[in-house]
Amino acid sequence: MTDVTVKELAPADRGAGKRATGKVVFYATVIFMCVVLVLPVIAFFINAFAFRWFYPQLIPDEWSLQAWQRLGLLPPAGQFSIENLFAQWASVPDVVRALGLSLWIGFLVTGVSIVIGMPAARALGMYSFRGKRLIEFIIITPTIVPPIAFSLGLNINFIRWDLALEAAGINLGLSGSVLGVSIVHLVPVMPYVVLTLSGVFANYNADFEAQARTLGAGPFRTFWHVTFPAILPGLFVACLFAFLVSWSQYLLTFLIGQGRVITLPILLFSAAGSGNNAVIAALSLIFIAPAVLILLVSSRFLSGESGAVGGFGRV
Amino acid sequence: MTHVRINNLTKAYSGVDAPAVADMDLDIPSGRLIALLGPSGCGKTTTLKMIAGLIRPTAGDITFDGDSIVRIPPEKRGAVMVFQNYLLFPYMSVGQNVGFGLKMAGVDPKTIDQRVKEMLDLVRLPDISDRRPKQLSGGQQQRVALARALITKPRVLLLDEPLSNLDAHLRDEMRELILSVQRDLGITTIFVTHDQEEAVLLADRIAMIFDGRLQQFASPDVFYRHPASERIARFLGGVNFLPGRRQGDTVETDVGSFRFAPGGEDERPPEDGLLTIRPEQIVLGQPTAENTVQGKVVSRIFVGTYTRYRLALGSHQIEAVRSADVAGDFAEGQDVPIGFPADRVWMVRPDQAA
Repeated sequence: MTDVTVKELAPADRGAGKRATGKVVFYATVIFMCVVLVLPVIAFFINAFAFRWFYPQLIPDEWSLQAWQRLGLLPPAGQFSIENLFAQWASVPDVVRALGLSLWIGFLVTGVSIVIGMPAARALGMYSFRGKRLIEFIIITPTIVPPIAFSLGLNINFIRWDLALEAAGINLGLSGSVLGVSIVHLVPVMPYVVLTLSGVFANYNADFEAQARTLGAGPFRTFWHVTFPAILPGLFVACLFAFLVSWSQYLLTFLIGQGRVITLPILLFSAAGSGNNAVIAALSLIFIAPAVLILLVSSRFLSGESGAVGGFGRV
Repeated sequence: MTHVRINNLTKAYSGVDAPAVADMDLDIPSGRLIALLGPSGCGKTTTLKMIAGLIRPTAGDITFDGDSIVRIPPEKRGAVMVFQNYLLFPYMSVGQNVGFGLKMAGVDPKTIDQRVKEMLDLVRLPDISDRRPKQLSGGQQQRVALARALITKPRVLLLDEPLSNLDAHLRDEMRELILSVQRDLGITTIFVTHDQEEAVLLADRIAMIFDGRLQQFASPDVFYRHPASERIARFLGGVNFLPGRRQGDTVETDVGSFRFAPGGEDERPPEDGLLTIRPEQIVLGQPTAENTVQGKVVSRIFVGTYTRYRLALGSHQIEAVRSADVAGDFAEGQDVPIGFPADRVWMVRPDQAA
């Protein structure tokens, strides 16, 4: 368990020039990221609370909450009271329903993908065996193959199985159901989970488990007291990936859900078609909120110091 | 106090021709300190892990006090293993590490605290209970690992290369500690090492293992006086081998015949084999002594406390070491009488490969 620190040793005479170039590249990157990632979010904020926002106004003349009222999250204009707000929420607006469904599918997919992915990742990370490269390739194929290609085929199969099972008296309902959508979300999610966790296990020393066993811990307690704490940082990152990948699925939910499974992205896309910028912006804010929240909470796990790797290699 | 018996223990891996461990038989009386000695890859660690329950044997049996344990999971065997790289759980404090075994056994926290303190005192590391393993030196980590293993009062203590990761003065300290703790607690202890010096210094008896097979199981001095084979003799630093034929207590070689003192009943030297003697046992320059033949000094290296000679003996070359205390020196090219004291020579069977 030795820590290897790699230090870049630049020749002294060329060091200064290199450092200046490095600074330029650094600031250029920061500015580019701001333009691409931060500015649109600022525009969302302005749009979501603007009454109208047209060229050449730099900021809107009039502000309003009309977008939030239209989404049913706030009572109609001029009728604001606490009772009305409660009544509005009690009727469960579509946005809230979609948000809840997106969260539920996200958590379900995350949990299942971790349970399925952990043994695979452990095998891939810790052992070498015949056909390992092939299996790794198969696991990452969902990130290469266009989702529409396999989801169309999958949908046809889902419908077939549903019909076949219905004929046998079992109503599983994969097509157009939350279950079917969750299963399909696993396809793009698994590569992230397996690759992240196999990185964790590549850095993991199973002798710690053997040690715990000889000290009197059974298999379950060994996992809980030894394995789990060791892989926790990497596990957290894998969950994060799984949740966010599921969270942002539009196409798969749309095709397999057949318009009956309304998650947040489905709502967002249909709103995008309607052309009301304020509503689109408000929905987008709701859509990115969990991602930003999770990132803020988890930033220490994602930093280079702890590494997404965890395991025992670095401790 | 546990009597450990190993019967016909075998571990074979599919797809590998030679078994990692083959037909191992060992009888380890309770309270003894035993070394499994052999080169790396000889199957000694595999044997240790089979006793710990971490590897399932292909065949054979292991008993503790007569009860077979091969079907008992590792956590219920009462055999604790200390790994070569200590494996202290990094996210626990030293105290939590040491107390781990008792926590798993469901002992109440107050008793655990007290026992942890006792154990840390025993390994002479008081007052480090709150520290993290990372903050400790290698030697301290090793002692914490030992304390963690001993806290549950195991029936059998298994040590994998206990001294190999330590530097010279820490080795001595750790060796003393292992010896005293093992004597005090009387725990049957089995340790694995590739270092013959380590085995000789620590063990009551040494089990020599080559290629997964037990070669010789005896006390350390027997290994030096009466090694069973050329390979064992070479592993323990033997360099002098003269082909010969034994008749009774006399060995005929092509440079002369030598008398030797027979060993005990179970140490029967082969008829056809190699005459061997350790370099430091050879007597130089005493023409009238028993078993003395005439040779010639080929080269001479002065090392300080001793001098190392290469000697030509007929068509053979042998090596002798002479302590600086002994008067007299021999120049290169000088004729010299070479004596093989009868109680120092021995016959071994030659290597199959050689």
